[in-house]
Amino acid sequence: MTGSRRETIIGHGVLIIAAVIALYPFLSILSLAMSRPGERPSGVGIPTSLYFGNFAQAWERGGFSSALLSSLIVAVAVVAGTLLLTTPAAYALTRGTSKVLLVLSGLLLLGLVMPYEATVIPLYHMFESWGLLNTYWALILPQIGLSTSFAVLWLRVTFTQLPESLTEAAALDGASRMRTLRSIMVPVTVPALITLGTLLFLFTWNEFLLALVLVPDGQTVQTAPLALSFFAGNRRLSDPAVTAAAAVLVALPVLVLYLIFQRRLISGMLSGAVKE
Amino acid sequence: MTTVVADSKRAARRRAPVSWWRAAFLIPALIAYGLFVLWPLVQTVQFSFYDWNGITAAEPVGLANYAEALGNPEIRRALLRSLVFVFFYCLLPTALGLVIAGIMSRIRVRGSSVFRTILFMPQVLSMVVVAVAWRWMYDAQGPINAALEAVGGTPVVFLGDFTLALPAVGFIGTWVMSGLCMVLFIAGVQRIPPELYEAVRLDGAGPIREFFTITVPSLRGEIMVALVFTLTVALRNFDIVWNTTRGGPGSSTMVPSVFIYDGAFVSRQVGDAAAVSVLLTVLILILTAAIIVPLREREAK
Repeated sequence: MTGSRRETIIGHGVLIIAAVIALYPFLSILSLAMSRPGERPSGVGIPTSLYFGNFAQAWERGGFSSALLSSLIVAVAVVAGTLLLTTPAAYALTRGTSKVLLVLSGLLLLGLVMPYEATVIPLYHMFESWGLLNTYWALILPQIGLSTSFAVLWLRVTFTQLPESLTEAAALDGASRMRTLRSIMVPVTVPALITLGTLLFLFTWNEFLLALVLVPDGQTVQTAPLALSFFAGNRRLSDPAVTAAAAVLVALPVLVLYLIFQRRLISGMLSGAVKE
Repeated sequence: MTTVVADSKRAARRRAPVSWWRAAFLIPALIAYGLFVLWPLVQTVQFSFYDWNGITAAEPVGLANYAEALGNPEIRRALLRSLVFVFFYCLLPTALGLVIAGIMSRIRVRGSSVFRTILFMPQVLSMVVVAVAWRWMYDAQGPINAALEAVGGTPVVFLGDFTLALPAVGFIGTWVMSGLCMVLFIAGVQRIPPELYEAVRLDGAGPIREFFTITVPSLRGEIMVALVFTLTVALRNFDIVWNTTRGGPGSSTMVPSVFIYDGAFVSRQVGDAAAVSVLLTVLILILTAAIIVPLREREAK
């Protein structure tokens, strides 16, 4: 029923080739990052030496300690702000039948497909006029706004899947809507909120265009991808091995998070999309 | 007394378009969304009708920026290049993902969570990291050229070559997106009831017919998601282009998003840049609708 032996072998062979292709660029940059000065890694992507000098150089010259800290501050603030704003909003959109709510859902859907390119020019001038360019605010506030669509629509699906009896019971109890949300809806959806928070963290951590536009010369608030982009683009001091080490430093926190939460992250990302 | 209160509450609910608690819960999120998404969107449209350098007073020019955008061969070529990226970021990964899913529909996959974790990994990394990794892959001393030399070829400067740069950058997108499509479709294939396959096999169908009559139609929803997601990334495509070639060499990899950034923040033709971003957004909305609407209608039937 599950196919012949030959098909099983071919199928796994194809998967292994795909996995090797997916991993190869990472392995190759890792082996470049660990190569000694003057030595170039072999064509095979496996690191042949254990040398960490390039990481130390990247860390010092690229200002990655402050960049990683900035990324962390921004991502945590965006996740907290977005969850705080969108959890009640998603609850309010759950099982609402009024036309206004349908229109609102449609408006939110617009934010899901709209490219950031369509908002960055006014955002730049807005934050310029507020005197907030090159500050954390210029990274945090717009990204809370831009995460709203995804978070509200994603959470609404989660809330809709809860049995209706759960909220009905609370309403009969005389609990206010705020209490229903706080003491019933949120506690039972904690796993979903963690998944959503991790997804938002990844999206924010990786965002590049907004950071490039809104903190163009804020050395101290530059996020990790932006610092990496400037570091890699600066050809004068570019030693490919040090650039590679910088890339590994920027990728590492995200990779760790991914490996811890991979099951939830993949299904969260895919299910959110499929349900919409 | 209590019934009177309840009745008047019910009446109020009938009159108000949205009950007060829903409004109160929605307003904070809507303020953030309105201020940082909808309002800038409106302003971009507004900017597109002005000639403005971003500093001095703006001058209304009507539709001149759009005429300029559509008439300028550079911008037309940038839009056409986006379609090349649609092939590399969207169509090729979807096709590859479907072929792999077709193979997987005939076997039981062992270690599928390991494969899934590896194949999905490019999705979670910063595109700047991906760009740095691929700049090394394509480097004169990088692995691809090392392999070329090993088989007696001459080194190729992929990202510095006027004809090769575009497909070379495109292939990075294929690499990023294929894993996503494979994970999505393999998960979908495992949900197809085995009886469906047994039925066509009894009819004497071979693997090819099985693929087109069962696998592809059953994955319609997943294919729609993959197409919409990869299409929007293909048409935006700022991060990878900016961090590999910046639109060069010459303008051989210039795409609308890089043009928008350059126009708005480097050459200071804000009106032109705004017009191109409106065109890009409309293009994305139309193509997304073109994928979703027919599929939704078929599902409705």
